[in-house]
Amino acid sequence: MAEPAADSTSSAALPDPEVARDWLATMTLIRRFEERAGEMYAKAKVGGFLHLAIGEEATIVGSTRALREQDYLISTYRSHGHTLARGSDPNHVMAELFGRVDGLCRGRGGSMHMFDLKRRFMGGYGIVGGNLPIAAGFALASDYNGLDEATLCQFGDGASNQGTFGETMNLAALWSLPVVFMITNNQFGMGTALERHSAVTDLLRKGEGFGVPGMRCDGMDVQDTYEVTTEALRVAREERKPVLVEALTYRFRGHSMADPEEYRTKEQVDEWRKRDPIAIFGDRLVQDGVMTDEERETLDGEAVARIDDAVAFADASPHPSPNELYDDIYVLGDQVRGWYSVDERTSTPHRGEDEREMEENLPGHTEYERAMGAPDAGSKPTDAAQADDD
Amino acid sequence: MAVMRYREALNAALREELARDESVMLMGEDIGVFNGAFKVTAGLLEEFGERRVRDTPISENTIVGMGVGAAMTGLRPVVELMTINFSLLAMDQIVNHAASIRYMFGGQVKVPLVVRMPQGAGHQLGPTHSHSWEALFLHVPGLLVATPTTAADAKGLLKSAIRDDNPVIFIEHEYLYGQRGEVPDEEDFTVRFGEAAIRREGSDVTIIGISRMALTAARAAKTLSEKHGIEAEVIDPRTLRPLDLDTIVASVRKTNRCVIVEEGWPHGGVGANLAALITEQAFDDLDAPIQRVTGADVPMPYSKPLEQLAFPHEPQVIDAVLATTTSRY
Repeated sequence: MAEPAADSTSSAALPDPEVARDWLATMTLIRRFEERAGEMYAKAKVGGFLHLAIGEEATIVGSTRALREQDYLISTYRSHGHTLARGSDPNHVMAELFGRVDGLCRGRGGSMHMFDLKRRFMGGYGIVGGNLPIAAGFALASDYNGLDEATLCQFGDGASNQGTFGETMNLAALWSLPVVFMITNNQFGMGTALERHSAVTDLLRKGEGFGVPGMRCDGMDVQDTYEVTTEALRVAREERKPVLVEALTYRFRGHSMADPEEYRTKEQVDEWRKRDPIAIFGDRLVQDGVMTDEERETLDGEAVARIDDAVAFADASPHPSPNELYDDIYVLGDQVRGWYSVDERTSTPHRGEDEREMEENLPGHTEYERAMGAPDAGSKPTDAAQADDD
Repeated sequence: MAVMRYREALNAALREELARDESVMLMGEDIGVFNGAFKVTAGLLEEFGERRVRDTPISENTIVGMGVGAAMTGLRPVVELMTINFSLLAMDQIVNHAASIRYMFGGQVKVPLVVRMPQGAGHQLGPTHSHSWEALFLHVPGLLVATPTTAADAKGLLKSAIRDDNPVIFIEHEYLYGQRGEVPDEEDFTVRFGEAAIRREGSDVTIIGISRMALTAARAAKTLSEKHGIEAEVIDPRTLRPLDLDTIVASVRKTNRCVIVEEGWPHGGVGANLAALITEQAFDDLDAPIQRVTGADVPMPYSKPLEQLAFPHEPQVIDAVLATTTSRY
């Protein structure tokens, strides 16, 4: 277990005040979003699994702010912060958690599967390690087309044990792809501590063995994370070499909402909470005269108000219509023939092109109405079910 | 019409699509310098270079996953897996990712990816290189599944697959690679997905043959005509998703009998699925239970005689047809 560093490791001068304020504001927005998301989960407005990134905001904001507009970002099932940092409207992120039609993914993905193509946020992925090959694919397309784009791929320390980790490192190095792999090392793969899940705990060595050089940053320090990621992206973009960045961080909350946290001590959590990336960076901005205490409070109040709006927006957004059930499984061109899908909701199986014409009063419609109307829709997963999630 | 082998037809399709569309690129194990384990990609590295024809490490899941990512961002990758058994290593990327991404991300992206792989028994390759798994992929919403039998379909369907905006599982057959067939010469010959081919017309029984089994079914039909006076209609669906159920059901309505022949396993197989669909659509038209002829319900044995027992041949198809036409029905 890594010890929290005593001081902020970034001794560099602060960036422009405007930039510094943006970093603090974005980290605060993510924090407030995650807190409210947790509350909404407790109220059963949000179903399924919910993985919060509270404590990891500096890693998220520092790394994503190093991206340019044309770069790709891809993340994991803990990705609300990434899509918010990329500029997604909190209304649509919250509506996705609510499973509503105005969600980023029209309510089809939920918490674990955010996606915002316009901002080149290329998805949250629910399979640990599943996003690494896809990230290399983005970099391959950029390289293939001779475009000045880089890809930043985020994953956790747990993913470094997946086969895709070694396979993707090898291929990215072999083909000189412009991709930065960032391990958000929060020191636990779900509930299994790093030293209990990885024989090699120096995670950068795992990349070096596959030909991918590493850099390390303090993931609790937004500026250090920004500077290291910026350099890593420069190497990827200009030297055409993949880089592995390890950001050491800590999540203050459980793996997901159904986590009794029996695998770590309260003392350890408290130690890390002393390094709260938002508190520390905010203090520094006040000390260095970038902002006053009042301005800092105003900034926080604005974040809270923004998230209040997002909750109201999400709550007012309708559930997807029953007619959307079969939308977007296939791209149906003008050559549609044959049966793409078998629709079992009626005694007359539908053809692919007829699927939108579902009528009401079909079998299953009552269940739909019930799920749509009830605030406590969708039973919460039990701890046993949660244990299957990684 | 030119006569060419199935593998040459596939090669021609790849060559033409590489030449036609800059966004088409190939990835796979030993597809370049080695010219492909089954020589389907022979000469393409030399002609198109390493940017577009890429030898990969042995990392099936990651190759397919990179194809998914590249397809999401503008390319049309064609990934070759050396056998269908190796596709299991890539199942996460095929099912959790390629098939799901468009749907779970609310239609924001498409995944125009083709994953090619050969299947089939008969070369004594034993239980890790010989299976027939159309059913595994047919099961998955979001995927299209093609199973070409003839050289012409191999070429025409592969060109359509590459141009399609959906992820396509393109299932070739090891036995068929060396088979010759006529292929239309026309400039831009393609075969549309979702259109079954009627290989032989008949009025007494419908035989549906999947992949190589369409040929076995056609041979059986000839014998049935010559020795039993039974005229079988032989249908090759060519693609399982989308499925041309209309052609199949129309045939069954005419013949009132149906036999489905596949090389894969019986439980949850393509035949089980087709039998259910046909029963739902045309129960009143059936004069006999639908018969299935499938591969044996075993991992594929190495022994030559055992292997021959483990996948369908003409006599089993004839027996199944006779079972549907005996008087007790």
